Amino acid sequence: MPSEIKRAETFVEKPRTLAALRADITAGTVTATDLAAGYYDRIAAVNPRLNVYLSLSKDRAMEQAARVDALAAKGDPLPPLAGIPVGIKDVLVMRGAPATAGSKILEGYRPPYDATAVARLEAAGAVLLGKLNCDEFAMGSSNENSAYGPVRNPVDTERVPGGSSGGSAAAVAANMAVATLGTDTGGSIRQPASFCGVVGVLPTYGRVSRYGLIAFASSLDRIGPFAGNVRDAATLLGVIAGHDPKDATSSPAPVTDYAAESDKPVERLRIGVPAEYFAEGLDSEVRAAIEEGIDSLKAAGCTVKPVSLPHTKYAIPTYYLVATAEASANLARFDGVRYGYRSPQSDTLSAMYRHSRDEGFGAEVKRRILLGTYALSAGYYDAYYLKAQQVRRLLAEEFLRAFAEVDAIVTPTSPVPAFKLGEKTGDPLSMYLADIYTVTASLAGICGVTVPCGATAAGLPVGMQVLAAHLHEGTAFRVARAVEAAQS
Amino acid sequence: MTAKVTVEDVGRVAELAHLELLPEETPRMVGDLNAILDYVAELNELDTTGVAPLAQVSELIAGHASELRQDMPLPSLDRTDVMPQAPESDQVFFKVPKVIER
Repeated sequence: MPSEIKRAETFVEKPRTLAALRADITAGTVTATDLAAGYYDRIAAVNPRLNVYLSLSKDRAMEQAARVDALAAKGDPLPPLAGIPVGIKDVLVMRGAPATAGSKILEGYRPPYDATAVARLEAAGAVLLGKLNCDEFAMGSSNENSAYGPVRNPVDTERVPGGSSGGSAAAVAANMAVATLGTDTGGSIRQPASFCGVVGVLPTYGRVSRYGLIAFASSLDRIGPFAGNVRDAATLLGVIAGHDPKDATSSPAPVTDYAAESDKPVERLRIGVPAEYFAEGLDSEVRAAIEEGIDSLKAAGCTVKPVSLPHTKYAIPTYYLVATAEASANLARFDGVRYGYRSPQSDTLSAMYRHSRDEGFGAEVKRRILLGTYALSAGYYDAYYLKAQQVRRLLAEEFLRAFAEVDAIVTPTSPVPAFKLGEKTGDPLSMYLADIYTVTASLAGICGVTVPCGATAAGLPVGMQVLAAHLHEGTAFRVARAVEAAQS
Repeated sequence: MTAKVTVEDVGRVAELAHLELLPEETPRMVGDLNAILDYVAELNELDTTGVAPLAQVSELIAGHASELRQDMPLPSLDRTDVMPQAPESDQVFFKVPKVIER
């Protein structure tokens, strides 16, 4: 827990680019060992205020850094992320490292294997610094549902970093890692990236293997990178994407060179702007910043045209039925038998299940398990779960029709900038509505990138969401690069 | 679809989900669930007659595997790595409290 903070502080510091770090490590002017040690110093200085890291994997990180330095000293070719310090959201497992998913129910659990995305980062030379705070089981939009205390926004410590991947976004914003991994089920990468002023990527469903991800809603869960700039985020995605036999839903489609695609000009790309994302509830300063971003795309030679996504208003109810139904099934595995917490009140098997789950889960997780169980229970299945799945198809088809006319769709990532800690905790429904612009792409399985696009008068970052069709990540990166270029 | 959730409903669902709610937790959950279910009732405005449910988006994505992998036994995690994570085990089996009173 961070110590009591009386007034807002700011800890924003931009990480250096992958290209700059790589040049230094290759030339030997910086060693991976020194770089990692420097990041651990930064974490030691800043983490007590921000509560970003839940655990550090120093031994593993320093061994990897030494391996990279040995390669560089020999003059051997370096892998794409050689020596790059990264952080991992604590819903992804790392062999031997604590994996809490932000929950008390997994306290003490040390998984015996690496998630595929984590293993691929390390195989590409990345140095794994540690595990990042998040909402419990990735359920939340403010990081206030973590059993280990909230993360604070590095831009303004009285505000939330967004959620559920709040630690992943804040780590990059405060330069406590060069890049991080997060997960996005209904907006959990995009919304915190926009709140903290960094780049976040929602890959197409199945583009990144979910093996080793502690599941929340399996038909929606995605793993994606956060970085300080679009090109670096594209490079990270290229490393973690690709087919994995350990995830039956992972896509066999070839992985393209996303960083190279992001370098292409955007001239003549067709950009759709859906009126439904600029309606009631959108903060006026966010609107102004996004409209300016759209103007910069026009100036870069894009054709901007309206598109219609009339089912948008049904996305939140659809999402919360589908996601909670799947969560109620996925979270049945936490029963005090194989790993994690077992209640001392375990006289019988049934009491062990009930008490372990009651004492181990937080209020929001229980709320979602109850809602999901209710929606799946006899007599309500057709009215809730089946209905939501039908509307999910309407929402997905609407996007497919739109992408026949445009190459990308741009929207605000969130209707409001980062809100204050405690502002929405009393009303679960108002917290759910924070996801209004992000859950649509989650349900449709399409990809997207959120890129910083201006700020409010108070200096709070605004993010633009760039959505593209299934497996068209390259297009989303291209458009995001153009928005980013217009910022500087 | 505008059914009002009662204290009894929450108790029944909690039992299905193996959750032991504290007495003070129940009224809050009843209120929250009713608010959320009132909100999701908006879906009733839509006529979805004849719309096939979409449980999973892979069918919409070109090139996604449409067939299941072959059912072949492959090596799994080593038991000696897995068992130490259990709250109670004899390193071969997971141990749980008694299931049947005698």
